[in-house]
Amino acid sequence: MSVSTPVGSAVPEHEGAGGWRHRLAERGIDRQLWLLAPAVVFVVLLFLYPFFYGLQLSFQPNEGGPFSDYDRFFSDAYQRDTIGTTLKLSLPAALFNVLAAVPLAYRMRGRFRGKRLVTTVLVVPITLGTVLTAEGLLNYLGPAGWFNRILMDLHLVHEPVTLIHNYWGVFFSLVITGFPFAFLLILSYLSGIDPSLERAAATMGAGWWQRFRRITLPLLTPGLATTFCLTFVLAFSVFPSAILVGNPAGSTRVISIAAYQAAYEQYDYPYASAIAMVMGLVELAVIALVLLWRTTLFKGSTGGKG
Amino acid sequence: MAVTDTLAGSDVAGTADEPTAPRGKRRFVASPAAWLVWGVVVFFFVNLAALVGSVLVNSFARQWFGTWLPNGWTTKWYSQAWDSFGLLHVIVVTLQVSGLVVGISLLIGVPASFVLARRSFPGKSLVFFAFLLPIMMPPITYGIPLATVLYKYELAGTMTGVVLANLVPSVPFVILTMTPFVEQVDRRIEDAARMCGAGLTATFTRILAPLLLPGILAAGILVLVRTVAMFELTFLTAGPDSQTLVVALYYSMSAAGIRAQQSVDAMAVIYTSMMLVLLVIALRFVNPTQLVARVKEEQ
Repeated sequence: MSVSTPVGSAVPEHEGAGGWRHRLAERGIDRQLWLLAPAVVFVVLLFLYPFFYGLQLSFQPNEGGPFSDYDRFFSDAYQRDTIGTTLKLSLPAALFNVLAAVPLAYRMRGRFRGKRLVTTVLVVPITLGTVLTAEGLLNYLGPAGWFNRILMDLHLVHEPVTLIHNYWGVFFSLVITGFPFAFLLILSYLSGIDPSLERAAATMGAGWWQRFRRITLPLLTPGLATTFCLTFVLAFSVFPSAILVGNPAGSTRVISIAAYQAAYEQYDYPYASAIAMVMGLVELAVIALVLLWRTTLFKGSTGGKG
Repeated sequence: MAVTDTLAGSDVAGTADEPTAPRGKRRFVASPAAWLVWGVVVFFFVNLAALVGSVLVNSFARQWFGTWLPNGWTTKWYSQAWDSFGLLHVIVVTLQVSGLVVGISLLIGVPASFVLARRSFPGKSLVFFAFLLPIMMPPITYGIPLATVLYKYELAGTMTGVVLANLVPSVPFVILTMTPFVEQVDRRIEDAARMCGAGLTATFTRILAPLLLPGILAAGILVLVRTVAMFELTFLTAGPDSQTLVVALYYSMSAAGIRAQQSVDAMAVIYTSMMLVLLVIALRFVNPTQLVARVKEEQ
């Protein structure tokens, strides 16, 4: 079958019967688009349908009016505060990961010996996964772990520092899993910036700070925004580490724990769906803000764009 | 300005500022900023190594209470973990699930990425947005409604359910990873094949597929790594017989007190070594820094 003739060069074989097909092809619709069909069906069936099912389920609570589950969530301080807890964890963690990755990636953007090794080693934490990270944090940062022993032997502290089963344990776990990811993304954005721009600035007498501040950073910022969004998504959905190394009943009771408890401990699916919707809404709001800010930035062809 | 960063090697500053230093013989002088950056990196790695090391040491420890190193070594925790968690079954399930997810997501994703990279059609940005959403949403957000739907159709708890749930982020991921690879293939090669009488199927299987093979491998391996590591979706949809290794690990860890911690650590080490093997294979095919912007390295 000679389908999908390039638009414009098509010669209509049959007038009439083939005419509508030809007209559609001129607008970019022809049989090649069928290749897209499985993916579209898939997204509709497994993502959009469950999503809207959950959405309408959240308006059909087990008791009360359509909004009573949302009302229940927002009027209960123990539930409502999970939003703040999640943001207090994920925003600093994502920000830290991005900001710490910038100088490192900036330093590593050129070519040097052993670059591949360093990048490989930096990717290793991705393979650890949240559960091993949690186990390692418990062993290493625990009251009898190596970290506290070193601090005590150096007489820096007299009692073991509590770094697990609280906010910091979860924060460290988010840094360990999120930082390599942020670093890789930023490094690839940085290597997309034309190095001759910086060289040009250097010939005009710009110091390294000026070159970074006036040339690289403006070109990199859109990429930074994208990286921030992706690390934020990772940090926002923190779940296993908040339970394993955090304090899931108190300071690290994040919103995903609330949603999980509603679904799998109380079997209240409408309520769980309502919490999940709130969770998605809060996350998308943060991302929308960041992306909105990004649209005000330079969008050029010199790379560094999202 | 001339004293800047030469530790990082052929820097932009290096080419502009040091005509005197011969190539290959670099001054080992670095600015305080460079030392600071590398110091932080070393600190991060030392802690990370200690973190992984403590799990490794504990998994071989006979007993370890309040000392620097345990008072004896043993491998019994591995055999115990292997038996008591039924690890063989869990690993087989993990491999089956991830193999199915990789295969199906490639079958669905590669043709879609081809269309999205090559064609423009009405509603393209909408379709693209729909593919982007599953990656941008936290897994728990769509995982809970998805699990509810899967329970409705009695698929939750089965391996089908786990595979379906894991496909949700995998297919968009394949599409996004493959798009730059498709864009690299010269259009005229396809046109030439068409002129020589190849149909759509023949163009796809005999021209495009071989050219796209590196991209397909890269996407497949990345999906494999992601699926083995995916906790939330598997956790929400798996039943007792369809747990993957991460989920089994989580259950054994959150039920602490019943099992010896060393046994859990042994299982964690098995999981990490599996992931490490996958990563090493992955890095043979993928340069991780070129996933976003594929740019020529400067010569």
